[in-house]
Amino acid sequence: MKPPAEPPLKATNRPGRRSRRDWRKSAEILFFVSPALVLFGAFVIVPVLTAVQMSMYRWRGFGPLENFVGFGNYASVLTNSVFQGAVANTMTIVVGSILLQLPLGLAIALLLNRKMKGQGLLRTIVFVPFVLSEVIAGVIWFQLLQPRYGVIDSLLGSIGLQGPQQGWLGDRDFALWTIMIVLTWKYLGLPILLFLAGLQSIPDELHEAAQLDGASWWQTQRKITIPLLGPTMRTWAFLSMIGSLQLFDMVWVLTRGGPANSTTTMVTFLINQGTERGNYGIAGAASVILFVIALTMAITYQRIFLRRDTREAGR
Amino acid sequence: MTTPTVLAPPAEPTPEPKRSRWNAYSGGHPLVYVVALVIVAVSIGPVLIAVLGGFRTNAQLAQDPGGWPDPWVLFNYRDAITNPAFWRFTGNSLAIGIITTVVVVVFGMMAAYPLARYRFRGREALFTVFVAGLLFPATVAAIPLFILVSQNMGLSNTWWGIALPQAAFALPLSVVILRPFIAALPNELEDAAWVDGASRIGFFWRIVVPLSWPAMVTVGVVAFVGSWNAYLLPLLLLQGDTRTLPLGVADYSSEYSADIAGVFAFTSLAMLPALVLFLVLQKRIVGGLQGAVKG
Repeated sequence: MKPPAEPPLKATNRPGRRSRRDWRKSAEILFFVSPALVLFGAFVIVPVLTAVQMSMYRWRGFGPLENFVGFGNYASVLTNSVFQGAVANTMTIVVGSILLQLPLGLAIALLLNRKMKGQGLLRTIVFVPFVLSEVIAGVIWFQLLQPRYGVIDSLLGSIGLQGPQQGWLGDRDFALWTIMIVLTWKYLGLPILLFLAGLQSIPDELHEAAQLDGASWWQTQRKITIPLLGPTMRTWAFLSMIGSLQLFDMVWVLTRGGPANSTTTMVTFLINQGTERGNYGIAGAASVILFVIALTMAITYQRIFLRRDTREAGR
Repeated sequence: MTTPTVLAPPAEPTPEPKRSRWNAYSGGHPLVYVVALVIVAVSIGPVLIAVLGGFRTNAQLAQDPGGWPDPWVLFNYRDAITNPAFWRFTGNSLAIGIITTVVVVVFGMMAAYPLARYRFRGREALFTVFVAGLLFPATVAAIPLFILVSQNMGLSNTWWGIALPQAAFALPLSVVILRPFIAALPNELEDAAWVDGASRIGFFWRIVVPLSWPAMVTVGVVAFVGSWNAYLLPLLLLQGDTRTLPLGVADYSSEYSADIAGVFAFTSLAMLPALVLFLVLQKRIVGGLQGAVKG
């Protein structure tokens, strides 16, 4: 990034002497920055610090904060089998989303990058699920997945297959994987879009040269295109990971974490504890743990994968 | 990041060096079209089933869930359109979305300007504070926000009570998008404005704001769509008449779960505004997302 403009007036400043212009400049900076800073402080920083504070108390949401329990809430959360299951479910979704969406997104992006009729329309359509809100997508899928009367079971029935008795979302063994499939449908547009953008920045000459050397389409993709998409893929995987850790809306609409907690995520756990049971201390501890996990994963990922990209970009 | 053009028309077809392999590079292989059709069907199939389902009766849906409307019935959509709750939810979503967007764009521009074009001590530290906000997801702060807004500020069930926190959480991304954009405006502009006697506030108002429209539209659209689709905070903070469209859809769906055709009609109408906005501002949304990824 270019260094910002230095206005000419700075030249008249001498160290050790605060001129009227200096004061004026400070006032201007304050004037411009303070609305954002106040808003950000009040609605982001204060609540995050409150979550940390709340996590140290056994508090039911009313009256002054008392009943300091130190790390007691953390101990209860970490030993809670529902929360442990929630961490496992969340991690399954983090990993599963990447393993499903990366190859699928890559394949579709490579396909859409070929010159073909209706390409623009195709790109628009593929991105439609991403634009819908999770709630609307969730409500539609909830209806499609209804046992027996849903479209999915009816389609399966027409080829002689049968869905689970309790329905895809009512069966402990299927519910999480069903949610994963719906998430793939909902979010696949993003990797496709990002990969397409990455593909456009690859010069045509590379492909032409490979083609003249007699490489097949697939060889060109494997040896040239896919490696050059590396940075885009790593950035997308990072975003996907952070997003999966925050998963709430879709689960809440489809299953509310059930059946038998089989689809509980870290966020549905903490919302359930906080709002439905009034265990604010437990909710606070769970959100701090979620934040620490997210931060640790983000930093680790950044160290392992993204640093190489920034270094290469800087060369 | 100025004008990302993902959906730009494909480059002119390069002349084929040799037609040895049948269309291997140029696409057009029949199989490619078959796969493309499958992708299209999977992507919008569920959406179309919902839209068409609204034109059917529950009896039709029960008999053949994936069928075609026969005969087409209009009363599901008529009921949804004449449902006053639908318009109240839409009005709330619209109002909250507009407040969020205006606050994000105005405050974001104001904050990004000195961060981009003033030199002062603590500037990078200040920027880091905003960037760190990217790491604080709204979910972590959801419960304290709920308490803060409802008990301490008395803003539950108000548009501002939702719009302000949403704007606060959208600010980091806006500052990250706007700062490099404003910094990239040529210095000569500032020098010229200075010679003409403009103050730095005058420069901001007369030069920076008009020239930053593309970045402001990107930031605004991303903020608006985020607000329009938001579920968690509205779920915690809004009851009754102040609820937004996603809450309305979720409520309607669980309240009238037996009336599947009605739910399909209600949901289809609810997704219409976001879809239209997307189709109109497609390039901006796409550009905003890519800008956000590339930083």
